[in-house]
Parts: sequence; C-alpha cells; structure tokens
Amino acid sequence: MRALILAIAMLGFWLALSGHFTPFLLTLGVLCVIGVAALARRMGLIDAEGVPIELLAPAVTYFPWLFFEILKSAWAVTRIVLSPSLPISPTMTVVRASQRTSAGLSTYANSITLTPGTITVGLRGDELTVHAIVREGADDLEGGGMDARVRRFEGGK
Amino acid sequence: MDLVIEIASWGLILTGSFFIMVGAVGMNRMPDVFTRMHAASVIDTTGAGFLIFGLILQAGFTLVAAKLVFILLLFFFTGPVVSHALAQAALTAGVEPILADDRRPGHQATPDDTAGRAEGVAAEQGEQPA
Repeated sequence: MRALILAIAMLGFWLALSGHFTPFLLTLGVLCVIGVAALARRMGLIDAEGVPIELLAPAVTYFPWLFFEILKSAWAVTRIVLSPSLPISPTMTVVRASQRTSAGLSTYANSITLTPGTITVGLRGDELTVHAIVREGADDLEGGGMDARVRRFEGGK
Repeated sequence: MDLVIEIASWGLILTGSFFIMVGAVGMNRMPDVFTRMHAASVIDTTGAGFLIFGLILQAGFTLVAAKLVFILLLFFFTGPVVSHALAQAALTAGVEPILADDRRPGHQATPDDTAGRAEGVAAEQGEQPA
C-alpha cells in the first residue's frame, strides 16, 4: 500500500519535472518508478518514517498554520533588524518535546528552526536545545503552544 | 484580470525582495553567528516564499509553476537541516554564543561563569601540541 502510494507520488513528481508525454518516455518513466519502488521496498525504506502517508491529511491544516507562524515571527525579526537600537536578548533554553514518533519530533524541531527567531541547535532524547534571538521567543516555546500543535499534527488531526 | 494577477504577482515579488534585503542587513548588524542565522532565516523562509509565490503567479497554470512549488518545498525541508548543521558545527567548534539569558541546565550567563568558561577554553587549547 505504502509502496503503491510512493510509486504514484514519484510518477507525479517525474511527470511534473520532465514535461514529456510521448509514449516511449512515459513507458521508461513508469519502468523506472516501478524499479525504484521495488528497490526501496527491498531496502526496507518503506515504513511510517520513509513514506509518512498518515501525515498527509493533517499536513493540509498544519502547513498553513506553520506558514502563518513563520510570517508573524519573520515580521518580529524584521522589526528587530530595522530598529536602530537592535533590541536583541539572545537566549538559549531547553524545551521538552512531547511527540512520540521520530517524524513528529523532527517536524517539531524543524518547525522551530523554520520560524525566524528560534533555532533548534540540539536534540537529545526528548529535549531540544533552542537558541532564540529574544527572550520572548524562548518564553513562547517554553509555553508549549507549538509543541501541542505538532502533537495534534502527529496524531492525525 | 491579467492586470490584477500582474499587480498581485509584483506585490509578492517586491515583498519577498524586501524581506531578503532585511535578512541581508540583519546578517551584517548581528553580533555573532547564531544571531546572524536568525536574520538569515528571514531570507530563506519569508523572502524566498513570497518571491516564489510571485513567480508562480507569473508562470500561471503551467509545469513551471509546479517546479517552483517543488523548489519551495525543497527550501522548506532542507533549510532547517542546514541551519541545524551549521549551529551544531559552530557549537562543536567551540563558538560560545553571546547570550543575555542562558536557561540551559548547568549554564548561567553570569560574568563569573563567562570568565570560567573562557579559562576552560584556554586550558583546552594549551593542552594541544603547538
């Protein structure tokens, strides 16, 4: 099932990139996709981590939410950069991640890094070391709002 | 209709360019490598995002638009990995972040502690053969 979905996704990706629709090239494309999917299956790459289809539906609401978060904090960093006094208060803190799967954990860590103003610099067990450009950024993460949102995403909502 | 798309597209492209400029200015103004990375992350999320959305409007409903979406996804999935690798490399190489507030267990951003760590670094370097 996962292999089939991976094959369909790869076929769509290949079609969009190639833009060739002659029968000969289409046949080659389909053969290559089948070959790659079979190889990935043999290598044991097709599991909940390699092809996380469970996360597709929750991603529909998660990514717009993340996008909005990125916009908000990008604007905050922009104001810091453009203000003459450069009001930064760099903070390093450790926050606990409550995600259960490695896909959820890496989504949380990467979401923190994607949001301007906070960077995940380390992950040990379920503890993320985070560098924030202002204290408020660290406070927000310690408050756990994003953690809870990623946990919902991971749980399929 | 064309005019509306054109205006929206150029609005997005100019917004993206603005954030890229802000990121560049920020990278020059920030005091150390970690704070510079925060400024840079404005470029590769918001700057590149607006720019590519503007270009998608320019491309219309074509394969080029699909490829631009792939580029954006590539940015969004590889960007944090690169940032993380850079931050890890800096920490491993012994770059001490300039901090106003250190909440890591076992660390405290007091002047005494800073001096202590500076001595520790000096001692480590002294042990290495010249």
